[in-house]
Amino acid sequence: MIFTLHVRRQKNAIAQGYFEQYHMDVSETTSFLEMMDALNEQLISKGHDAIAFDFDCREGICGACSLVINGAPHGKRTATTTCQVYMRDYADEPELWIEPWRATAFPVIKDLIVDRLAFDKIINAGGYIATRTGSACEANTIAIPKETADDAFDSATCIGCGACVAVCPNASATLFVAAKVSHLSSLPQGEIDSQRAKKMLTEMDEQGFGTCSNYRECERACPKEISVSTITQMNKLLYQNK
Amino acid sequence: MTDYVMESQTPKGNLENRWTQHKFNLKIVSPANRKKYTVIIVGTGLAGASAAASLGEMGYNVKTFCFQDSPRRAHSIAAQGGINGAKNYQNDGDSVWRLFYDTIKGGDFRARESNVFRLAELSNNIIDQAVAQGVPFAREYSGYLANRSFGGAQVSRTFYARGQTGQQLLLGAYQAMSKEIDAGSVTHRSRCEMQDVIMIDGKAKGIVTRDLVTGELESHMADCVVLCTGGYGNVFYLSTNAKGCNASAAWRAHKKGALFANPSFTQIHPTCIPQHGTLQSKLTLMSESLRNDGRVWAPKNAEDCDKRPEEIAEQDRDYFLERMYPAFGNLVPRDIASRAVKLICDEGRGVGHEIKGKKLGVYLDFAQAISEQGEEAIQEKYGNLFEMYQQITSEAPNLTPMRIYPAVHYTMGGLWVDYNLMTSTDGLFAAGEANFSDHGANRLGASALMQGLADGYFVLPATISNYLAQQKPLDLSKDYPEAAETIAVSLARIGQLLNAPDPQKTPDEFHRQLGNIMWDACGMAREKGQLESAISDIKALREQFWQQVKVTGDDKDLNQTLERAGRIADFMELAELMCIDALTREESCGCHARAEHISEDGEAQRHDEDFSHVSAWQYSGHISMPVLYKEELNFEFVRPNTRNYR
Repeated sequence: MIFTLHVRRQKNAIAQGYFEQYHMDVSETTSFLEMMDALNEQLISKGHDAIAFDFDCREGICGACSLVINGAPHGKRTATTTCQVYMRDYADEPELWIEPWRATAFPVIKDLIVDRLAFDKIINAGGYIATRTGSACEANTIAIPKETADDAFDSATCIGCGACVAVCPNASATLFVAAKVSHLSSLPQGEIDSQRAKKMLTEMDEQGFGTCSNYRECERACPKEISVSTITQMNKLLYQNK
Repeated sequence: MTDYVMESQTPKGNLENRWTQHKFNLKIVSPANRKKYTVIIVGTGLAGASAAASLGEMGYNVKTFCFQDSPRRAHSIAAQGGINGAKNYQNDGDSVWRLFYDTIKGGDFRARESNVFRLAELSNNIIDQAVAQGVPFAREYSGYLANRSFGGAQVSRTFYARGQTGQQLLLGAYQAMSKEIDAGSVTHRSRCEMQDVIMIDGKAKGIVTRDLVTGELESHMADCVVLCTGGYGNVFYLSTNAKGCNASAAWRAHKKGALFANPSFTQIHPTCIPQHGTLQSKLTLMSESLRNDGRVWAPKNAEDCDKRPEEIAEQDRDYFLERMYPAFGNLVPRDIASRAVKLICDEGRGVGHEIKGKKLGVYLDFAQAISEQGEEAIQEKYGNLFEMYQQITSEAPNLTPMRIYPAVHYTMGGLWVDYNLMTSTDGLFAAGEANFSDHGANRLGASALMQGLADGYFVLPATISNYLAQQKPLDLSKDYPEAAETIAVSLARIGQLLNAPDPQKTPDEFHRQLGNIMWDACGMAREKGQLESAISDIKALREQFWQQVKVTGDDKDLNQTLERAGRIADFMELAELMCIDALTREESCGCHARAEHISEDGEAQRHDEDFSHVSAWQYSGHISMPVLYKEELNFEFVRPNTRNYR
């Protein structure tokens, strides 16, 4: 399969970005990032700088990879991270535009790599249950209904990749915050911190993310299919004093 | 090189009292004085993040570093199946003693009794801690915690969060660490990679790091240094490790004097998605938990191998694990399952893609489980794993059997540590997969998460306090010439990588070549002649690497090619030590199968009289001539017997 790639390059945080065109011939069983690896091998061999992009686990769980492919964060398939995209998925699209996440709170560091430190800052602001090591009670002391535990898991499955921000017209991190809030605050251990949502949303604002205006694009782009119902749940906590 | 007197600091007395007694004997630092001490933690996966959170809570000044863009990316996140805990919630006869015994036996009697018992003992505290942090473990309809079975155990003691247990435990530890960052006790740096250890008067007192964004080399001083930098499975190029996993921090500590123990002990995980192409960059693991319900089989006749699995009649299928090991069946430990799969494929009964002229794969079949338990029940247990498989192979495991083949997964070897998790270098600690301590020659499933967290939440806080209590706090306002000297060495090394005399090949090309050598000679089967030629091949390749590696870009910028080249350079050295270790260990034990020491019926032959020891290697100044130290393993409570899973 032959592809024409338009890759957004940017030497560093302050340099001007531009698109560079490449051609690649790869088999359909090649993953998208393996295609990028192969392109980089060619670039290095020719003495050029490799294209910088984030990746690590390559199995859809670490949340490092973060490419916008033909306008869609993590490509066009649902419930997929960039590293889980295969070239067979683009059999009918020989021309590919590859870009980084775009958001004020995620500045470009180089080429396709952005700085997502803002997400860590939001978690630092209150995305935890403040238990000290050693002070926990016996694990089965508090029974938690299976549905509650399952719902908490569904929210907790967020990988912090930032696709929700990248796809949002407001570059809002509301789904990211809501996922953490509904994970922790729905559990008896996490109920105690009633200020969690407020602290995290304040930090979100300070980091330069926008606010939610209910486009619900985040839910569609989320590789872990986190539901916008987490936002409803967070709002309940915020505004109904629950 | 100096002579080192190996002292494991293992307590004496009743096994069940050792840790309690030891903790009491350890010195402590008063709360008011803790702020005067700085602890550096490199790597913030399960072990590092949990240690940082706990030491921060105690009041120490903690500095953490990771090369990823966030601690939440550490590869602990990819552990799927679960974490063991000897809670005996299932009332099936489990106990701390049984978890201890299973782990020692699973490791083929090549681990310290005291360490393994402590691990089993702490397993319960970890579950309590994780639940309190909000880790959403699977629960029964009663609202209480659920368990499942794992390889090498006949009780059900594994706690899990669907197929994402590592993710949930890592996020728990990451969030606990975030709490301490918010409180100001932990200062964290992402995209910052350790280059070397700074030694002052024979003690580890700091590290040199490279800021991966600006390229700047910096020194950081502390009263002790903890390496939680994971394993080195990527020496094989293809493995289930994340692409960034590397041995560099541990290796550079080794070259500064820390002994490296059992480097050849590499776990090859039986259930991974087989390799399918030449551009492949990594192998994906399918959780061992799948063997609870999946049945492993291959065609009885080689001529059936090209057929679709559905076309092969029941009587023509060989459920070889059930046939060979009736007692444990599909749940034999990983090393045994991997070797059996290799045996079948070497016989020419493998299925799927051909790699180097051989079909490397067998089936993992859920048809029976689905017909007995229903599609929904199986989907509930393994849904996300099935999706993952389908995403990669475009085949649905609920309709057609999965194909699996063993892949490099975990390294039991690592930096040698004493009972306090201190390496042979004073003030340098190692925890989690980076150390060698608890798994012997083979790690049981669901034990890695347990060990990382036991080390970080419970062991290090006690033993680091003991160490610090005996140190005068380092004067951080002073300039230490050792720091500048170490920076200069790191800078020179980077210069060498960027300016090879005859640049021709990319770092990855070298890495793939190294991986091939290692997989053939130091993988699932090892043999003297092959190991010897691998050693000379590695030396030649290393020589070539420094002459011909082509690294584009510069060091004043984010440069992933340079990062990779630096890690591969270390793998080139470690690989040789792994082969030397495998060559020296003239027995088969756990993962280490020497062709010369396999019985006619295919069973591993351990030689306790000569090899009941940990092999700890010291860097002598010359990579090819390491010095071997042996730590004898004394078994007072269990009798090493032949592992029998039949």
